[in-house]
Amino acid sequence: MTSTERDPVSGTETTGHVWDGIKELNTPLPRWWIRTFYVTIIWAVGYCIAYPAVPLINSVTNGVLGYSSRAEVAVELTKAKAAQQKYRDKIAKLSLAEIRKDKDLFQFAVAGGRSAYAVNCVQCHGSGAVGSTGYPNLNDDEWLWGGNLEQIAITIAHGIRFDEDEDTRISEMPAFGSDEILTSPQINDTAEYVLSLSSKSTDGIAARNGKTLYAENCAPCHGETGAGNRELGAPSLRDAIWLYGSDKKTIVETISKSRKGVMPAWGQRLDPLTIKQLAVYVHSLGGGE
Amino acid sequence: MAAAAPMILYGLAGLAALFAAAKAHDELFAIHAWLVVLICIIAIFATARALKFGPEADDRPKEKYLDGVVRAGVVATVFWGLTGFLVGVVIAFQLSFPELNFDLPYTNFGRLRPLHTSAVIFAFGGNALICTSFYVVQRTTGARLALGNTAWFVFWGYQIFIVLAATGYLLGVTQSREYAEPEWYVDLWLTVVWVAYLAVFLGTLFNRKEPHIYVANWFYLSFIVTVAMLHIVNNLSMPVSFLGSKSYSLFSGVQDALTQWWYGHNAVGFFLTAGFLGIMYYFVPKQANRPVYSYRLSIVHFWSLIFLYIWAGPHHLHYTALPDWAQTLGMVFSIMLWMPSWGGMINGLMTLSGAWDKLRTDPIIRMMVLSLAFYGMSTFEGPVMSIKAVNSLSHYTDWTIGHVHSGTLGWVGMITFSALYFLVPRLWKQDGLYSLRLINWHFWLATLGIVLYTASMWVSGITQGLMWRAYDSLGFLEYSFAEAVAATHPMNVIRALGGVLFLLGALIMTYNLWRSARGDKRSERPMGAAMPATV
Amino acid sequence: MINHKVIETNATLMLVLSLVVVSIGGIIEIAPLFYLENTIEKVEGMRPYTPLELVGRNIYIREGCYTCHSQMIRPFRDEVERYGHYSLAAESMYDHPFKWGSKRTGPDLARVGGRYSDEWHVQHMIAPRSLVPESIMPGYPFLARTEIREDDIALHLKANKTVGVPYTADMIKNAVSDLKAQANPDADGGEALQKRYPKTQIRDFDGNPKKITEMDALLAYLQMLRTLVDFSAYKAEDNLR
Ligand code: HEC
Ligand code: HEC
Ligand code: HEC
Ligand code: HEM
Ligand code: HEM
Ligand SMILES: [Ca+2]
Ligand SMILES: [Ca+2]
Ligand SMILES: [Cu+2]
Repeated sequence: MTSTERDPVSGTETTGHVWDGIKELNTPLPRWWIRTFYVTIIWAVGYCIAYPAVPLINSVTNGVLGYSSRAEVAVELTKAKAAQQKYRDKIAKLSLAEIRKDKDLFQFAVAGGRSAYAVNCVQCHGSGAVGSTGYPNLNDDEWLWGGNLEQIAITIAHGIRFDEDEDTRISEMPAFGSDEILTSPQINDTAEYVLSLSSKSTDGIAARNGKTLYAENCAPCHGETGAGNRELGAPSLRDAIWLYGSDKKTIVETISKSRKGVMPAWGQRLDPLTIKQLAVYVHSLGGGE
Repeated sequence: MAAAAPMILYGLAGLAALFAAAKAHDELFAIHAWLVVLICIIAIFATARALKFGPEADDRPKEKYLDGVVRAGVVATVFWGLTGFLVGVVIAFQLSFPELNFDLPYTNFGRLRPLHTSAVIFAFGGNALICTSFYVVQRTTGARLALGNTAWFVFWGYQIFIVLAATGYLLGVTQSREYAEPEWYVDLWLTVVWVAYLAVFLGTLFNRKEPHIYVANWFYLSFIVTVAMLHIVNNLSMPVSFLGSKSYSLFSGVQDALTQWWYGHNAVGFFLTAGFLGIMYYFVPKQANRPVYSYRLSIVHFWSLIFLYIWAGPHHLHYTALPDWAQTLGMVFSIMLWMPSWGGMINGLMTLSGAWDKLRTDPIIRMMVLSLAFYGMSTFEGPVMSIKAVNSLSHYTDWTIGHVHSGTLGWVGMITFSALYFLVPRLWKQDGLYSLRLINWHFWLATLGIVLYTASMWVSGITQGLMWRAYDSLGFLEYSFAEAVAATHPMNVIRALGGVLFLLGALIMTYNLWRSARGDKRSERPMGAAMPATV
Repeated sequence: MINHKVIETNATLMLVLSLVVVSIGGIIEIAPLFYLENTIEKVEGMRPYTPLELVGRNIYIREGCYTCHSQMIRPFRDEVERYGHYSLAAESMYDHPFKWGSKRTGPDLARVGGRYSDEWHVQHMIAPRSLVPESIMPGYPFLARTEIREDDIALHLKANKTVGVPYTADMIKNAVSDLKAQANPDADGGEALQKRYPKTQIRDFDGNPKKITEMDALLAYLQMLRTLVDFSAYKAEDNLR
């Protein structure tokens, strides 16, 4: 074994071992270091006494503070509700139209609706509620199923073609092509006729042929003039607003295969007050009736 | 004649793999089996031709130390490091510009991310640990690596593990356990390799000339055994077929979660910390040419570190369905871990303190200082993030990613780079590096890269955490999730640029090391004479 | 520190002591989770995954969805209001492995079931930015093109049974037909499937009735998340722990 020596730089003794030229100093533990270490240990023991910590044979120590993260959130949720209580009570009691009229309440409902919209609806209807192909714009005044407060609320609560909700809005346009109701020349003609309703048809003869086909097959839902029917969720085919697109290819596809867009029912997921606020909010976007 | 036995072995292994390929339950397993066949064929040819990188032939004069395997390890470390950093840069850009996923299975983020983490931790970090430990244990025991050419088996066996793991991720073979993604058969192979590694390391310690075991070897040893324990327990699983690639983990739900994070946290604690402290304890005193600061501190911080680290896993599961009591333990043990972690930093920095003057002339020392500083920073940040109130904000966000990379880029990366700069001239028997100025460039590029990375992720993480929980004045949630995604886009871009700088530094290092190994010398102004304006 | 000499001059002792020291924490923390009764809450409605859901879950794992999505809602007001009731340990008791996740680059998915229509999911999985312009999620169009493997599903159930999932002999025997029945509302096996796995959603998820694709399986999995545990029968006060 080697003997110890003194390091000229620090003046500390070495331990006397040498490995590949590496020596070790016998410096004592830094005071602040060991003290801080002790403090953390004492703190840890204290924390374990205060909070649930030590597993035993059949149970755990629950801590003198009686803390539980699940109990905590329950309290927090109750508190949050309580803070909104005066509005919540009123919203529960009043009808949608009454909420609409009360300025304070209206503001509150719009704020709540905006928030619930951001959390639940933007994925389909977009951040600005402008929609996208197959997902309607909620700012305009064309409505598939009706744009007054009550109707909007029903749509939101029960969804559209959402099987799991018994009261969901249902109406299914037949798939005229796949179900072999119409032949493809007939579909072509009908499509030209639909285009002619918004003066976009380029083939007058076909459009004229399509007129009777339309009257027999489509008018029951979309109306004689193509104005649509909200009872059936059938959109207007005369205006510039299209859910799926106004080019001929898309229209042929719609007629051939039908679309059957689905909107989930939110009544099962959100509480009734939130649904009301959502209805007020959507109604306030610009297209509300 | 001596080559005959291993060649027969490779042949048999190849035949077994051929059989497995033919009978495979699924095509992914078959691909891996074919890969093994290919490896066996290469091994047979390589043995026949006794490649330079292979085990040392008997007729060559025996060196005192088995250094060929360390040289191979250095090359592997650099190679896998570049690969891992590059994939990191790619996924960083994917998070900024999602078109870069190319809508393909093999290039999408979900498959590349584990490729990145495994490539940097296990391929880059693992090779660095294995090759430095082989170098250090021989130097500090005065003994040649034990068990003949077993060290070569460890080296090549480990590379095969990496290749199987990496190709698996791209093909879709994964257990989805973070940092333990390889499937059951790759896990088994790693177990074999790891036991061999332990045997070589321990055997060399047994043969030591100095009665005391040097502190670097305490850390290496505890890293090797603990990783063995973690690896085996966390990977227990039931294969669907013994010739198939899919398995189901033995544990489920909450028990599985804690087992995984007991493993995951200690992959950090033992792979990325204890192992790299082993590197630090040898290369820092050597490069500074100073004695280790405090022997007592070594002892106390070593035992407290390895004891306390194991407990901290639950801080990855704060506020989850893990019972509160376990979360408490995870939190308090993380706090107690602070000082033992800093013990390593103090010992390193104070060892360098007798050599502060070299900071101006020796960019390697500068890298070591930076590395220790980042080690200190991330082991301070870690306990802070373990506090439940802080974690409620930071968990699930980019803050964690920032923390990860201050530890990995700063500590693991920089200490590895400085060890490589130390090793290459010595292993290739040259009398110095090609260029110190290029190290300086590497140092600054990497530093800037890390700063961009961590700073942008802090901002991003805190933004996410605050936006997710933001309420308006009436008590309604303020933002949609997508708004937070959009808000963090600039930070993602900055992070990616930081990654590019870090990668660039590593490329410069590669060039420098390559020229150094060849014995070239760059004619340049000596360091320190007049510091460049960069400082 | 003189005693340390004994350890540091004996490699075997060093090895054994290290192993002892690093074993303690894990044992004390993990073992109680297996024996303490309140670790997993008592709930109604949990059942093992149907074969199609299990295949979907394996695709979720294979594609690394967990690298961006958590399935663990924490007990915070904002998370409960954003995603729904906080997650229970019971909800992942048949999950081998668990899928709680550690990073939320995308939203939590623990309660995504029923939140969107199948059509939405299909379009979103194929081209996320066509629906959510801000999204940074990769597109997975290949899922809709790839058919799933059907023949070995019983082996998957068996492996799960080995590690403790209560699949019955009946379930294993009928695994293949159950797999097919769930993606095809016109097939005969629907009722039997529903009996074996209550609350199973049976339909052609991906809009392509001719094939059972990976998209079918993935959606079957996503759409069942949240739907099992009956929260109206769950007593939160009894499960504080
Ligand atoms: C999965 C996608 C999806 C989500 C999420 C969604 N919707 Fe819809 N929504 C639709 C589709 C599709 C339609 C149109 C259905 C049709 O074609 O008839 C629709 C229609 C509507 C309508 C009727 C529009 C009209 O013209 O009559 C309203 C109102 C509406 N959604 C509001 C909401 C609100 C509020 C939310 C959030 C709570 C929401 N939606 C969430 C898909 C969705
Ligand atoms: C049973 C009722 C019904 C009948 C009959 C019907 N439709 Fe429809 N149609 C609908 C509904 C409901 C929608 C809303 C789209 C959806 O399914 O989501 C719709 C949508 C459309 C659209 C898409 C509008 C847009 O904005 O993109 C077109 C075009 C259309 N129908 C044309 C026709 C034509 C042409 C016929 C006859 C050949 C026809 N429909 C018959 C109910 C019907
Ligand atoms: C690179 C990260 C990333 C990966 C990988 C990823 N996602 Fe996403 N995911 C997102 C982001 C960001 C969003 C939010 C924006 C959006 O809706 O696209 C999201 C949203 C979702 C949603 C809608 C959730 C909601 O409540 O709004 C679902 C469902 C989903 N992802 C499923 C998956 C599946 C399944 C996979 C794997 C096959 C996957 N994701 C892979 C980032 C990712
Ligand atoms: C060029 C350098 C690097 C870049 C650009 C980079 C980039 C990234 C990115 C983009 C992620 C994914 C983050 C997310 O999901 O949000 C990531 C994750 C990760 N990286 Fe890196 N990385 C680099 C180097 C490293 C190194 C050197 C290491 C380790 C030695 C490392 C270890 C990790 C780990 C452990 C994770 C997972 C973090 C977690 O799950 O929380 N990275 N990296
Ligand atoms: C005292 C030391 C440390 C403590 C107490 C600590 C604590 C933590 C905490 C609380 C998290 C966040 C968990 C979450 O919210 O999900 C975390 C994540 C992480 N830390 Fe540390 N940390 C320490 C040191 C380090 C070091 C030195 C490194 C790297 C070299 C590192 C690498 C990581 C990684 C990779 C993760 C991400 C894990 C994941 O989610 O995938 N940590 N750490
Ligand atoms: Ca594994
Ligand atoms: Ca299908
Ligand atoms: Cu950790």
